[in-house]
Amino acid sequence: MYAFEYHRPTSLSEVTGLVSGKEDAKIIAGGQTLIPTLKQRLAQPSDVIDLGAVAELHGIREEGGGLVIGATTKHAEVAGSDIVRRLIPELAELANGIGDAQVRNRGTLGGSICNNDPSADYPAALVGLNATVHTNKRTIPAEEFFTGMFETALELDEIVTAVAFPKPGRVGYAKFPNPASRYATVGVLVAEVDGAVRVAVTGAGPVVFRWPEAEQALSSNFSAAALNGLTVDADGLNADIHASAEYRANLVAVMAKRAVVRAAG
Amino acid sequence: MTSVSLKVNGKSVTREVEGRTLLVQLLRDHLGLTGTHVGCDTSQCGACVVHVDGESIKSCTMLAVQANGLEVTTIEGLAAADGTLHPMQAAFREHHGLQCGYCTPGMVMSAVDLAKSHEHLDEKTVREGLEGNICRCTGYHNIVKAVLAGAEAMRSQPAQAAAE
Ligand SMILES: Cc1cc2nc3c(=O)[nH]c(=O)nc-3n(C[C@H](O)[C@H](O)[C@H](O)COP(=O)(O)OP(=O)(O)OC[C@H]3O[C@@H](n4cnc5c(N)ncnc54)[C@H](O)[C@@H]3O)c2cc1C
Ligand code: FES
Ligand code: FES
Repeated sequence: MYAFEYHRPTSLSEVTGLVSGKEDAKIIAGGQTLIPTLKQRLAQPSDVIDLGAVAELHGIREEGGGLVIGATTKHAEVAGSDIVRRLIPELAELANGIGDAQVRNRGTLGGSICNNDPSADYPAALVGLNATVHTNKRTIPAEEFFTGMFETALELDEIVTAVAFPKPGRVGYAKFPNPASRYATVGVLVAEVDGAVRVAVTGAGPVVFRWPEAEQALSSNFSAAALNGLTVDADGLNADIHASAEYRANLVAVMAKRAVVRAAG
Repeated sequence: MTSVSLKVNGKSVTREVEGRTLLVQLLRDHLGLTGTHVGCDTSQCGACVVHVDGESIKSCTMLAVQANGLEVTTIEGLAAADGTLHPMQAAFREHHGLQCGYCTPGMVMSAVDLAKSHEHLDEKTVREGLEGNICRCTGYHNIVKAVLAGAEAMRSQPAQAAAE
């Protein structure tokens, strides 16, 4: 790791002041991605700004019937939250399936979505549940937030403050975890939101995407059987030592069916 | 350099560290607590697991400065002052939950957190709960047995388990 200066501000305005005032500042939340990146010397920030002491970025609350989760809320907190379990229990299950217990005790919702790893779980939840990302400058619909592999709509000095989820109808999430890291080789979230069915796929492509054909089929018949015969084109999907593009395409259909079964159950 | 003050195994300590100093480096190199191991240094193996404010975390993936003001417990802090092993440590010995011992400090720290955060542990919960801890020797079978027995003992010897 290259040397950097560490800061621990206690308010959002201090954070934004530091981010725009320093030459090459980097935010740290749970550090579960940033610290490994720094160790590999893939980044060389002049300053590292810790969000850990900024109370206004943390916590879970019910608002307008939906759910608002602060950026620095840890995966374990989402998994264990009574409010989440009551409003969107499947979101708690999804958080509980991220990595391992120690990663969940440090990693945060904001860190996960800002990193936008193509195999991360939360992007499927945000897009599938039609969530809205709140930043210090504006609000961004989830579908416009995730723009590409490890890329988001965030500007350089923009900070995610919270994510708002409307209360959905039935929700199911199924992932085929990488056996070592638990990242999603493919993960599919199926949800009824405002009377429409949404199907969001993570892990398969460079960035989370919706599967319109499946959404259409499930709108008229919300059952796994409705997906029989539907396939995803392997062209453009991810291929690595863990899975070929063709295998991932097949997994999308299998995980979508499992997600529907979970949602219907 | 930044000053960091924290409690380690019940004792207050203050040290000057760099921003980039990892918590595991503070523990091992600055404080001489070499019970906490570094297996991978890439957040995968769990040999470095310690408790921060009672929760298990990977100390190779936390900055020392982030522990400022917090309470850290390492494997050295588990046994009673007279050397009596913590029930989880005793269970690992009793059930042959280790061979080379490299993964053991992290396994035990994860296991204690797991036992404390679940009212009931079964084999499946233990195997899932130890997902972040890798052992190259045992095949996990005896580790799982040890964790189940250790958790049971922690429930029946609450006073000693609380010494942690
Ligand atoms: C062993 C292991 C297994 C894992 N398994 C999974 C898994 O199964 N599924 C999964 O989804 N993830 C997995 N992860 C990743 C984990 O979820 C991380 O917590 C997450 O990717 C990053 O969150 P963090 O809070 O640690 O962010 P950090 O590492 O602190 O930050 C990540 C990036 O986001 C930026 N950032 C953080 N917060 C903000 C903010 N509020 N506003 C703007 N920028 C911000 C940082 O500058 C940095 O660039 C795993 C990680 C590890 C180490
Ligand atoms: S040394 Fe920390 S996880 Fe392996
Ligand atoms: S006992 Fe050798 S690595 Fe676990």
